[in-house]
Amino acid sequence: MAQLQAKQDALSARIAGLDLPKSGWSAPLRAEALTRLSAMGLPGKRDEYWRYTDPTSLTVAEAPAAAPFTYSDEKMVFTDIDRLRIVFVDGVFDAAQSDDLALAGVEISLLAEAGDIHWASDLYGVLEARGQTPVQRPLATLNTAFATQGVLIRATGKAAKPVSLIYLHKSEASDVILHHCIKVEAGAELTVLENGPAAARFNKVMEVEIAEGGRFHHIRTQGRDHERRAATHIFARLAANALFKSFTLTANGRLTRNEAIIEFTGDDAVAHVAGAAVGDRDFHHDDTVFITHDAERCESRQVFKKVLKNGAVGVFQGKILVKAGAQKTDGYQISQSLLLDDDSQFLAKPELEIYADDVVCSHGSTSGAIDEAALFYLRSRGVPERAAQSLLVLAFLAEAIAEIEGETLAEDIRVRMENWLTRHEGK
Amino acid sequence: MLEIKNLHVKLEEEDKVILKGVDLKIGAGEVHAIMGPNGSGKSTLSYVLSGKAGYEVTDGSAALEGEELLEMEPEERAAAGLFLAFQYPVEIPGVGNMTFLRTAVNAQRKARGEEELSAGDFLKVVREKAKALKIDADMMKRPVNVGFSGGEKKRNEILQMAMLEPKMCILDETDSGLDVDAMKLVSEGVNALRDAGRSFLVITHYQRLLDHIKPDVVHIMADGRIVKTGGPELALEVEQNGYADILAEVV
Repeated sequence: MAQLQAKQDALSARIAGLDLPKSGWSAPLRAEALTRLSAMGLPGKRDEYWRYTDPTSLTVAEAPAAAPFTYSDEKMVFTDIDRLRIVFVDGVFDAAQSDDLALAGVEISLLAEAGDIHWASDLYGVLEARGQTPVQRPLATLNTAFATQGVLIRATGKAAKPVSLIYLHKSEASDVILHHCIKVEAGAELTVLENGPAAARFNKVMEVEIAEGGRFHHIRTQGRDHERRAATHIFARLAANALFKSFTLTANGRLTRNEAIIEFTGDDAVAHVAGAAVGDRDFHHDDTVFITHDAERCESRQVFKKVLKNGAVGVFQGKILVKAGAQKTDGYQISQSLLLDDDSQFLAKPELEIYADDVVCSHGSTSGAIDEAALFYLRSRGVPERAAQSLLVLAFLAEAIAEIEGETLAEDIRVRMENWLTRHEGK
Repeated sequence: MLEIKNLHVKLEEEDKVILKGVDLKIGAGEVHAIMGPNGSGKSTLSYVLSGKAGYEVTDGSAALEGEELLEMEPEERAAAGLFLAFQYPVEIPGVGNMTFLRTAVNAQRKARGEEELSAGDFLKVVREKAKALKIDADMMKRPVNVGFSGGEKKRNEILQMAMLEPKMCILDETDSGLDVDAMKLVSEGVNALRDAGRSFLVITHYQRLLDHIKPDVVHIMADGRIVKTGGPELALEVEQNGYADILAEVV
């Protein structure tokens, strides 16, 4: 009880300065979220789900300051991709830097401007609430209650180009909550790109509902700020024959916890969630995934790779739950880390829970150093040591990058990765 | 071309001396073979020359065209013209064979101050050389040595040698794991590279490889030293009588 009290006290302190929006279509959903949140309190260090990642800096009343990173001559990722840009500066929509929100095949509106009636009232907080069992995710509920900014995207056909969410970070003290709802209607197709550090502290929820035969692609990079902290959640629900593919590249950042909660409710759907994280020194990166198979013949794939050096820490918690009746499920999960020195750590907790008898599920988790034999082989052919090491690191990450749909986007990500390796070699 | 003098080597992590004073001089364009029983130090010699970690040179020297090899990093030795065809070529998942070859060729060109080969020029050369070794396009696309048969791995080594055009080639038991046809193919690949400016050191247990790659000089190595040197007839003697007779005679 003392533990719950502490979690509720932390919550009171955290929300003391926040206003609960009381008007518009989302008001009852927010009130309901606050009720759920008050019963849970905020995550604490002793929670099993936060065993490998200390949530304190994500839950304290005031966000720890973080200096924004200034780009010098380097182009931001996705610059050369034809896309519709939606820019948030310290979590506030910036119309001047954004494109016109009109796009063939897609309806886009802003959470801040939605009136009394909106399609998103069937989705906002709904998937988040479903994702609270069997494990509580209070930071997402906090987000549902208090987010005032975000986008509401509905794809009704094949989107003419990707929708690109750009999160700029200007203020050292920015503490940002964003909530996006995305609905991909039957047979529609949408690609969402996300990039930028967003804030000193960032709490983001993205709810994604994919109707029958809908296709959703998501490619994200989490910015260059060294000090930033982020807790993100993606809640996705897939109807029959739907496709969900998400890839995240994380480089830098003091603390990142990326959760993906994916549920199959229709047969023959496919969900892939992948991540590549590269970290140096005081870098803590946590990928937490929960996939529920509640339909037949669905395929899920989790591919997470981390490269860690100088004491960086990587965490992976991944679960596949196959419910009774989810026959012919094909579940695959791999989490691997490459430790470039003895100080870095990788903590992994892969889980399978299966109640159907005709399924194929596999999981693997490894952690190791650079293969010295391969390194020598490359060097003996004249490849200098650093270039050889970079080649091996990229080879290690290749399986995760292969999850990116579209060669132009994959190449863009590969270049980011190479840049990171160049910047961090030898340090 | 290659001059090894009084080379003494021990394992870095334990006090085990492996090479106890190797002397060897290979002239330009010559093919030398080293034969010897297991544990005589043949493979260690090839690793030490190419710069593998884990060995400590306690005495002696090795020079390639007058340049001291033992001070150089492995990649510098490669750029200087040394090539080792591995007894066990290493598998590198995630790195395409073609990417690997192109990276290596261009790294060496860069180290020597030459211009890098364009993608088109490289492709043209590699296709032609791969064809001669019966290496198909699929093998070039696959990750380096991953899923290759023993014969494919050895042919891939020879392809690398053909592309890198080294001056001094060391073949470490290139015949091991090869059937008769594969051995013929590999030998033809090696013979095609024989040239007045290129030397070979062929390390083998058996005489049969030397039927295909005809050596100018044959050395017998035992217990970390070269104990006997002769012409090609020395290899035949080993084949007929084994090492015991020769070693008994030397000791």
